[in-house]
Amino acid sequence: MAKLRVLVAKPGLDGHDRGAKVVARALRDAGVEVIYTGLHQTPEQIVEAAIQEDVDAIGLSCLSGAHMTLFKTVMDILKEKGIDDIVVTCGGIIPDEDVTKLKEMGIAAVFGPGTPLQTIVDFHRKIAGK
Amino acid sequence: MELVERLLRGDKRAAAKAISILEDYDKKAADVLGAIYPHTGKAHIIGITGPTGTGKSTLVFALAKEFRKRDKKVGIIAIDPTSPFTGGALLGDRIRMGSLTLDEGVFIRSMGTRGHAGGTSRATADVIKVLDAMGMQKIFAETAGAGQSEVDIARIAHTSIVVEMPGLGDDIQAMKAGILEIGDILVVNKADLDGVDSTLANLSLVVDREKPSGWKPRTQLTVATEDKGITDLADLIEEHYDFLKQSGTLETEGVERAKEELRAALSHHLFLRVFERPELIGEFNNLVQMVAKKEMDPHSAAEKLLGLAGIA
Repeated sequence: MAKLRVLVAKPGLDGHDRGAKVVARALRDAGVEVIYTGLHQTPEQIVEAAIQEDVDAIGLSCLSGAHMTLFKTVMDILKEKGIDDIVVTCGGIIPDEDVTKLKEMGIAAVFGPGTPLQTIVDFHRKIAGK
Repeated sequence: MELVERLLRGDKRAAAKAISILEDYDKKAADVLGAIYPHTGKAHIIGITGPTGTGKSTLVFALAKEFRKRDKKVGIIAIDPTSPFTGGALLGDRIRMGSLTLDEGVFIRSMGTRGHAGGTSRATADVIKVLDAMGMQKIFAETAGAGQSEVDIARIAHTSIVVEMPGLGDDIQAMKAGILEIGDILVVNKADLDGVDSTLANLSLVVDREKPSGWKPRTQLTVATEDKGITDLADLIEEHYDFLKQSGTLETEGVERAKEELRAALSHHLFLRVFERPELIGEFNNLVQMVAKKEMDPHSAAEKLLGLAGIA
């Protein structure tokens, strides 16, 4: 059976990766192959890593406030390359008013602070069952 | 196959998809392998193994940068362990290789061991073929952190590098059979730490002995985080490759490798002949119960399954 693969990535310059690591570990414990790319990735690097790793989903984390720019760039590059088979989710410090805009960009889910890990796991299980 | 045609032209997305097909071993796997096989055999395959925390990923990153300077295309397969309990894995080797991601001449793929012992995964040799066929010239296969007997990589790689660091063990550790024996090159990484001399002295016990091919293992000190010793190590890697070609070892070992691959494929296909059939999976589960209750021994149960699959 095909194994679910998820890239967990931190675009931009903030160094707060606790959340990304907690999510990575929760997904690992749910049987997912998680590729963690570390801090300070550019949107270009994230998309290229997602291509080479052939992931089913990308989870973006940003706590610096630059999410509207960084996440949009990721989505733009994906579109530009004609990639429509990778689900993108995000988390971090994201104000409520941005959630709708992020979803309009094509981000499938926004997991803000306090989201139960089970919610994130269940979301990815649904992708696996696609 | 369109996918294979694209990967043969160097298309990374196609290569990545092909790798997933081989890793998951889905229905297209045999066709993909069959189509790429004639285009393989050109790359130099370098295995990197050694205990956890010795700096294998950083060393691969440094070597990859060095071989890019020498105008070689570089493929990297980074293997990390899969949890035996959940089947999940955290593949983190890319963390140390981030700046190579956008290099046109580099392809990096992370893999979980997926239940395979020995520091590699079942599909490792097949995945290397994809990188070979897409034109990668130096292919590094970095194993999951190995203990003493994870020696599978030597059956896959042309050149095996065992990475050690100061302070890991005494002379008796170095005399034990296993991982050190497979090294064509023994690297002492983190050589800026104390204890390098005694590590080298211990390794000299291993280095003293020629391999069956006539190659005498060599040692190299490195500090991978500072790119120290990397040029010399890359030279050694090339020297070993030249030796393999000139001595004819590349060919003789190629036959050995083919034998191992055929053996592995045979056992995988025997396995599939049983597990592809739902009714036999049911029978497998029944037999598991019988073996657990000591009503039947596992070997007889295996024979019975093969009989039901029409093989025995």
